[in-house]
Amino acid sequence: MPALRRLSPLLWLGPAVALIGVVVLWPVVVMLQSSFQRIGGEGFVVGYNGTDNYRHLFDEPDFVSVLLRTLLWVVVVVAVTMLISLGLAQLFNQRFPGRRVTRWALIIPWAASVMMTALIFKWALDPNVGVINVILHHLGIVKQLGSNQADWLGNPGSALVWMMAVAVFVSLPFTTYAILSGLQGIPGDVYEAATIDGATSWKAYLRVTLPLLRPAILVATLINVINVFNSFPIIWEMTRGGPGYQTATSTIYMIELKQGDVGESASMSAINFLLVIVIVIVYLATTGWKEQVDR
Amino acid sequence: MSATTQTAPLLSPKTTRSAPRQRLSVRRWLVAGTAYIVAIIFLLPYLEMLVMAGRPNNELGEATIFPKHFTFSNFTTLWSGGGLGGSIGTSLEIAAGATAVVLLVALPAACYTARHRFRGRTAFLLLVLATQMFQPAAMLVGLQREFTTFGLASTLSLTIIDAGFNLAFAVWILNAFFSSIPVELEEAGMVDGLGKVGALLRITLPLAAPGIVTALIFTFISAWNEFLVALTLSLGEQTSQQPLTVAINQYIGEYSVDWGHLFAAGLVATVPVIILFIFIERRVVGGLTAGAVK
Repeated sequence: MPALRRLSPLLWLGPAVALIGVVVLWPVVVMLQSSFQRIGGEGFVVGYNGTDNYRHLFDEPDFVSVLLRTLLWVVVVVAVTMLISLGLAQLFNQRFPGRRVTRWALIIPWAASVMMTALIFKWALDPNVGVINVILHHLGIVKQLGSNQADWLGNPGSALVWMMAVAVFVSLPFTTYAILSGLQGIPGDVYEAATIDGATSWKAYLRVTLPLLRPAILVATLINVINVFNSFPIIWEMTRGGPGYQTATSTIYMIELKQGDVGESASMSAINFLLVIVIVIVYLATTGWKEQVDR
Repeated sequence: MSATTQTAPLLSPKTTRSAPRQRLSVRRWLVAGTAYIVAIIFLLPYLEMLVMAGRPNNELGEATIFPKHFTFSNFTTLWSGGGLGGSIGTSLEIAAGATAVVLLVALPAACYTARHRFRGRTAFLLLVLATQMFQPAAMLVGLQREFTTFGLASTLSLTIIDAGFNLAFAVWILNAFFSSIPVELEEAGMVDGLGKVGALLRITLPLAAPGIVTALIFTFISAWNEFLVALTLSLGEQTSQQPLTVAINQYIGEYSVDWGHLFAAGLVATVPVIILFIFIERRVVGGLTAGAVK
């Protein structure tokens, strides 16, 4: 019987472990393996390739700029998302008529497919008839429709800014909700005490609310960093990483490479994967994760 | 949550208001006004989808915010020729299949980890947490090569993959629900003559129903919206065998885009899941963040 008892977790957890094994763990092994193989156009393995795939990748003229752009992409999108979400959470934590319905509106970009949201903005930025350009033209900001100035997505700088805006837009709902649930965990008498001590509302926010929100902010930031790093549909639908690779992040770059050389793409994948692990570890270390968990 | 009870006096004009109360209500309406504007901003892009879907084709080239006429022809012609009906079926198949797999696999795991302390429990929960951190994008090449070797139909592959990447959410939220149900309730049921299984089915599962529904809907929506793996695995398939997110891209041609049909299809793809999401709105954050704090 003791032997049987020891096996019973296997019975209950076995299917879950098997699913994780097949879908998450094994692909990582295959990916790492592929990154050291020479793979032909049809996907057939031609042979062992040593570190050639990695050497090719590092020699790509766009490699460094793609990595730097990925860093910029993640930092800007997550930072702006967190700042706006802190404000939005404060707003939606107040009591006002119709709060439930307005919160429903807030979740739409979260529930809708990111690909569709990206396509809406791609259309709205169309240089000739896109609705954002039409409005900006009415306001006198865009001098002439169809001009170079109206071609936001054709110019790498402005394209990146617009795509970052879309990435922020679709990240806001989850982040705001995460902070809202953090706010709801703060007991009201904490504020009363702060007010009695003479703290103004802004001071109370900085000294009382923000520190208490720390766990919620930590988790939301971590999840956002991972989501934004892996983000694919926005850049894919709006610019395909172009012109050239000038708006590509490392995820987009990996997919573009896959069409040419699967082995090299696997190397890029492996580096992305390691970056995710590094991000998680660095994040956990710098934010004093251990104390948060142990508490 | 108690918004209605709080605002009741505000809505009745008979209430006598003192000066500070008046100020408070001005502030409250200011807050409400700001929130309404924010809500409209979040809604606008999707309303634009409706405006575009209803714009007649001959007005596509006009630089106007609203079309002069509104047509439903983009919706009615959506089903003919392009095979979008088939794609909806494929998407439903994948999303429902993934949801079923997640439920079958996550329920026992979550139930067991919530009720028992055993060797390997922490390791298992850590493994689940790790899968939540890894997304298909980071291992796409591996996924593609592995599932090509399996030689399964892309629909089945996508079902399994979507299930795998949504398992973590379901395990966390179900684990939290099961943990919050006192064991004494089950024991009471067993004393009353329900067997161990009976107590589980008649007492624990109904109490965990909100968690189960949340896990179901969340998995369904993520599988329905999944784009990258679907694009990679179903690229060579016929349109009707592609999920909706991939099939919609057929309206994007090399030189021109059929925006009318694209957005009509987009509404079909997004409106149902937005409505579904409203049902789980309050609980979904718990499932996404629970694992990371525990």
